[in-house]
Amino acid sequence: MKNNYDILVIGGGPAGALAAKTAAKAGNSVCLIEKRPAIGTPVRCAEGIGKELLKEYIKPDPRWISADIESARIIAPNGTAIRLDQDRAGSEVGYVLDRKVFDRELVWQAAEAGADVIVKTRATAPIMENGAVRGAKVLSAGTPADIRAEVVIAADGTEAQFARRAGLDTTVPLREMMSCAQYLMTDIDIDAGSTDFYLGNEIAPEGYLWVFPKGDRTANVGIGITGRKSRDGSRAKDYLDRFVAKSFPDGKTIEAIAGGVPVCRPLACTVGDGLLVAGDAARVVDPITGGGIGNAMYTGRLAGEVASKCIEAGNCSKEALMPYDTEWRASRMGMTIERNYKVKEYFITLDDTKLNTLADSIASISFSEFSVAALIRELIKRNPKMLLELKALKDTLA
Amino acid sequence: MSTMLRINRDKCGYCGTCVAVCPEDALELIDAYLSLERECIACGICARACPLGALEVVHEE
Repeated sequence: MKNNYDILVIGGGPAGALAAKTAAKAGNSVCLIEKRPAIGTPVRCAEGIGKELLKEYIKPDPRWISADIESARIIAPNGTAIRLDQDRAGSEVGYVLDRKVFDRELVWQAAEAGADVIVKTRATAPIMENGAVRGAKVLSAGTPADIRAEVVIAADGTEAQFARRAGLDTTVPLREMMSCAQYLMTDIDIDAGSTDFYLGNEIAPEGYLWVFPKGDRTANVGIGITGRKSRDGSRAKDYLDRFVAKSFPDGKTIEAIAGGVPVCRPLACTVGDGLLVAGDAARVVDPITGGGIGNAMYTGRLAGEVASKCIEAGNCSKEALMPYDTEWRASRMGMTIERNYKVKEYFITLDDTKLNTLADSIASISFSEFSVAALIRELIKRNPKMLLELKALKDTLA
Repeated sequence: MSTMLRINRDKCGYCGTCVAVCPEDALELIDAYLSLERECIACGICARACPLGALEVVHEE
């Protein structure tokens, strides 16, 4: 194993892969380490992503697209469905990916660009010198080693332990941790072209339950609930089992997974001396949808670009790396996260009666745009009696 | 009497949700098992967050 690189990337998900590929293409020596023995598995994801967002990073390929989605349905507690169609919304709805293959493709591309890839290798601690990150202490298949680098890009996902050990606070408050469980189910009656989102405090407190098709009669059926409502007898798995028993009693589960999705604000600062934090580790997940793949690819690529520039300039201090933090915060992604965080904070205050009222008010509308902003505009327009209450929501669009 | 965290490895889904909410950085997801690597204060936050109910704070005489 080589012990010295320009850039060390921790984590082989979409953020790490894009960071490694970008940095290697810029001519740097790059090492990507993954603690699991295999890239892409086990999956900890519902696998949905917007089509346009995906295309900014990679050409869609049927090898890792499980389903092409034509419409989305949001189902209120009383069963009212708000339907968003692709023909009215352009091609913005989405794909459901096969992350096992998708993640491998991304890491393959990083390797092809020249990055070294080492699996079953876990960063146990940052190498710190005068307060700066200078690499990582690792355990590679049980053997300890030091890997030194000018810049470390921490893309270690929900756990986010590397940045934490380098001095950044990455702890997610319990109420903002979505506790999730998902079954990959087959032999179930679903609309293979529609992603369904079920809302309600009985069905998924402060979160939602999803049915994302993976092909004919097959889907990711999953749920996320707030950590503060999670306890014995009412955990994510319990809610999911109840829904499955009612909706898909004869379905077969061929994979059962769990996961945590942080829906807090992004880290207060995503850089340090010799350190950049990207993807779920930076907490750049959309607080409304819980989607993180696109944001991970965006921040990973940006981290790779900024790290490359700083290495070329010979200065990898926090100050020199700061343009990474500034740029993503000012980006469309950064603005959307901030707005959707406020929208989420409003929506979690609604009881089921109010959710039903709001859903009923917009159920018959043909949406010309598939977006949170379009939904909010219609909700405000159609619920004049709730104007005072909806003010918080209206302010998020300002 | 002492309190400690018990990990039920048969229930655990190795997802790392507990790791991200631990205020002490005491838990670590190592490949396919969860490990208590550092000092645990038995606060129980991880046990709440767990989607599968694999963690439990137990009191022992």
